[in-house]
Amino acid sequence: MIYADNAATTKMSQVAYNTMTNLMKEIWGNPSSLYTKGQESREVLEKAREEIAGVIGANAREILFTSGGSESDNQAILSAARIGARKGKKHIISDAFEHHAVLHTLNRLKEEGFEVTLLDVHENGLIKPKEVKDAIREDTCLVTIMYANNEIGTIQPIKEIGEICKDKHVIFHTDAVQAVGHIDIDVERDNIDLLSASGHKFNGPKGVGFLYARKGINLSNLIEGGAQEKGKRAGTENVPAIGAMAAALCKKKEKLEESSSYVSKMRDKLIEGLSKIPHSVLNGDATQRLPGNVNFCFEGIEGESLLLLLDDRGILASSGSACTSGSLDPSHVLLAIGRVHDVAHGSLRLTIDEEITEDDIDYIVKNVTEVVEYLRGFSPVWTDLVSGKREFVL
Amino acid sequence: MALYSEKVMDHFRNPRNVGVIEDANGVGEVGNLKCGDIMKMYLKIENDVIEDVKFETFGCGSAIASSSMATELIKGQPVKKARELTNKAVAEALDGLPDYKMHCSVLAEEAIEAALDDYDKRQK
Repeated sequence: MIYADNAATTKMSQVAYNTMTNLMKEIWGNPSSLYTKGQESREVLEKAREEIAGVIGANAREILFTSGGSESDNQAILSAARIGARKGKKHIISDAFEHHAVLHTLNRLKEEGFEVTLLDVHENGLIKPKEVKDAIREDTCLVTIMYANNEIGTIQPIKEIGEICKDKHVIFHTDAVQAVGHIDIDVERDNIDLLSASGHKFNGPKGVGFLYARKGINLSNLIEGGAQEKGKRAGTENVPAIGAMAAALCKKKEKLEESSSYVSKMRDKLIEGLSKIPHSVLNGDATQRLPGNVNFCFEGIEGESLLLLLDDRGILASSGSACTSGSLDPSHVLLAIGRVHDVAHGSLRLTIDEEITEDDIDYIVKNVTEVVEYLRGFSPVWTDLVSGKREFVL
Repeated sequence: MALYSEKVMDHFRNPRNVGVIEDANGVGEVGNLKCGDIMKMYLKIENDVIEDVKFETFGCGSAIASSSMATELIKGQPVKKARELTNKAVAEALDGLPDYKMHCSVLAEEAIEAALDDYDKRQK
């Protein structure tokens, strides 16, 4: 089996697994309890906070533990919106291909009277800092732009955008769920005020994540209750998951350079191989992208059938086709970079990690090529394209 | 539980009656690229009987399986019988489809209907 869907979730690393099971067994006290058994859990929590802060260049006091990326995105955006609203600022800048955790939160704010500007992400899937600058108004309270896109892997010019926001005194949030643990992030260097991350995207456990909030930014609660997380996120902390998440992230950081250079090399080999399939296109910029992300559209076929046949051949991948989402529309990300419906349905996302070998890449290229050819063989769309009844888009 | 029944997967992996009939006397195409499903049915009708049927499909696993099953259900049948084919019969023959995939069986029914309409038109 070749697992090539690491953007969906990752396998827990051995160190994360060991940490988690050990914590579940041994460190079961409530971190809010005063006695030793409780304080032992508290220590795990605070050590994890420090380790995570260290990886992204933050202060431990600026890290809040959450249930994952979606919760972090929700809390970050709603908090910035409340801060803005108190000053009469109700304009937010984002872009069209954010994760739904961001877009749906923005929709909710729109219903509450906020105005949202969604920037163009262009055909290469990159936002232009100048367009962020031009979109900022007197009443802009938040700019929220993802660090790296979850489908096409493009890495945004975050540092430049952060600088603009800093100059204009606008809060800058970035959904860094796909980026943390995979590329170097420094909240100081990048001028980030709020950052969302999720444990299971960097070989940690599911159901846990964190939110970095720069000192001075007053977070609003999503969950009311006890005084955990400095009163900003009630509920007894998930100590084993938090400890494991920190262990996973430290491990990633340790081998970041080595692993990202190897994975990028494999990614480029995969891109090179798949580019040879006629009437195909790589989605997203070829170089400004996550080390492990490959995303293609193949004209004349539909993504779900491609995925099912690849699964039969031991390749686990994903697609932005409508049929894989349960809705009739293909991926909003692919539509945002200007892919028409015809080709957006025929997309394939392969997200690889450092366990991939050169042989695996050859195997993927060979099998994707065969399956695409097979499906085109009885696709009425392909027949029309070949006979000239329909014009090729790619 | 798997997304699809074994029967769906069987018809998806080994679709029956795939291809084109060059001298078809009834051809129907339904669906659109926007939604991501297009089905094309080719019929060869002689003496009011579906002597041969083939299909081409652009679509997901259940769209391909529905096309395949629909062709099996009408092949060798009188035209009148083929007219009566419902999407429900296609879905049942496949041991069911997930709710949000039922439209695939509807497309199969409509594709056959369109091909039969085309045949009728050509007879006039």
